[in-house]
Amino acid sequence: MALTSPATPSVATTPPGTLIDFRDVAMRFPNGTVALSGVDVNVRRGEFVTVVGPSGCGKSTLLRIASGLERASEGTVTVNTDRIGFVFQDATLLAWRDVQRNVELLAELAGERKNKRRAKADAAIELVGLSGFEKHLPKQLSGGMKMRTSLARSLTLDPELFLFDEPFGALDEITRERLNDELIRLFVKQGFAGMFITHSVSEAVYLSTKVVVMSGRPGRIVKTIDIPLPMPRDPDVRYTAEFAELVGEVSHALREGHA
Amino acid sequence: MTDTVVTEPSAVVAEITPARPSVPKRGFGSRVVSAAVSALPPLAVFAFLIGLWYALNAWVVRPKFLLPRPDQIISDGFMNDLTRQQIIDGVWQTSKVVVTGLVIAAAIGIAWAVAMSLGTWIQRSTYPYAVILQCIPILAIVPLIGVWFGYEFKARVVVCVMIALFPMVSNTLFGLQSVDRSQYELFQLQRAERWTVLTKLMFPAALPAIFVGLRTSAGLSVVGAIVGDFFFQRGTPGIGALLQTYARVLDYTQLFAAILVAALLGVAMFGLFGLLSKLVVGRWYEPVK
Repeated sequence: MALTSPATPSVATTPPGTLIDFRDVAMRFPNGTVALSGVDVNVRRGEFVTVVGPSGCGKSTLLRIASGLERASEGTVTVNTDRIGFVFQDATLLAWRDVQRNVELLAELAGERKNKRRAKADAAIELVGLSGFEKHLPKQLSGGMKMRTSLARSLTLDPELFLFDEPFGALDEITRERLNDELIRLFVKQGFAGMFITHSVSEAVYLSTKVVVMSGRPGRIVKTIDIPLPMPRDPDVRYTAEFAELVGEVSHALREGHA
Repeated sequence: MTDTVVTEPSAVVAEITPARPSVPKRGFGSRVVSAAVSALPPLAVFAFLIGLWYALNAWVVRPKFLLPRPDQIISDGFMNDLTRQQIIDGVWQTSKVVVTGLVIAAAIGIAWAVAMSLGTWIQRSTYPYAVILQCIPILAIVPLIGVWFGYEFKARVVVCVMIALFPMVSNTLFGLQSVDRSQYELFQLQRAERWTVLTKLMFPAALPAIFVGLRTSAGLSVVGAIVGDFFFQRGTPGIGALLQTYARVLDYTQLFAAILVAALLGVAMFGLFGLLSKLVVGRWYEPVK
């Protein structure tokens, strides 16, 4: 299914396996702020693309356009899937529902039967390692566990394209690194393509097959860097010279874009 | 740092375990002690006020019957069979008015707020009138309510509704609109219909605020019922009518007994809804510190 959601209809053909394709996308808000200008990005099957950039560069806007929450004011966005998962900055759990019923929510909104959504939720809870916590309420969970619940909730959609808006930004470093590894494990196992927003350079390099570096406002793409490290990642890859070099390359591009 | 590449649930458990809800188990004795410690300050104030009362009666207020002693209020007011029966009947009548008025105010208030949350134009066109309703001095229109609705039960209930409506409307609306933006977007991404968003997201999220409204309105409804009694003499009189009768015949011990009971009725309503709130939303609601 092809959803073309933009100012002008899609004319250019997209390469096979492309799940989302941004062509010359610009975003101008009604108050005059220009958040994005001339952005070209695409995410194909098997890719995990991370967008890094300084705060306020419009990287979250890019993701909101991808999800359909916002419409680009210029350019073309072609989306070739209707199974899109979206993970917000905070876990956005419903406080009055336990883990089980929070994870069931999206299937429930899609009108699925109780036993079917229950089965989906059980599988997703298992995937994120929360089995045994089904009856816990959000207020009883740590930040990391809330994020796992949020991930599980999106996993019930069996997404082909998974969008992440700085999901681990509020977590401590140990939890964050652990969840990075969990995410890579899910990426390898579930086979979704990822588009991930962060302002942490090392997180970007560690998670991705491709890092897109954006400049400060209005956000433009400064550089796209392929990350040739093997998947799934070895946590110790962080201490290799190759990793350090890639981090250096991304950081340089960020600094150039900021100047 | 471990050598394993894929972190399987063993690592997960390590993160999860400390977060298990661990309410520190305390002994019965220490719980009794801490309950006593937290009850001490209000009890001390209570003792001080009673002491002050006796002192005023003994040395300040003349003639003494204008401020009867607490023990006189109990012996003449509550131990007197006739007075006690009158007060019990009065409280029963007033409670019926209070609860009826509150239920109607809650139903109208919640429905109104829901309508406003569904359509901005409804809010823009009708909310000013909720504010105006709140600003009208109730005493100014009570005589009119009597003319329109008769001087009995119905008119008393209308006074309660008028006085209790605004906190219901404003608190419910506040609750419905305090939904987190990204939670709303989560529903939007699933193309959920307005009604679904309302029933599965906005209304449950608004429940704590709705209970705040109910508690405020319950107290106001008691005030409304007593005000109604002062103006409407027909029908079965409530505690407000008793207050007037006792004041007129200068029976101050009975008057104080009735005032005490009227105040307790308000406190009881407040406490009842506090308890209900705890039962309904206390399980999951986590007030911001």
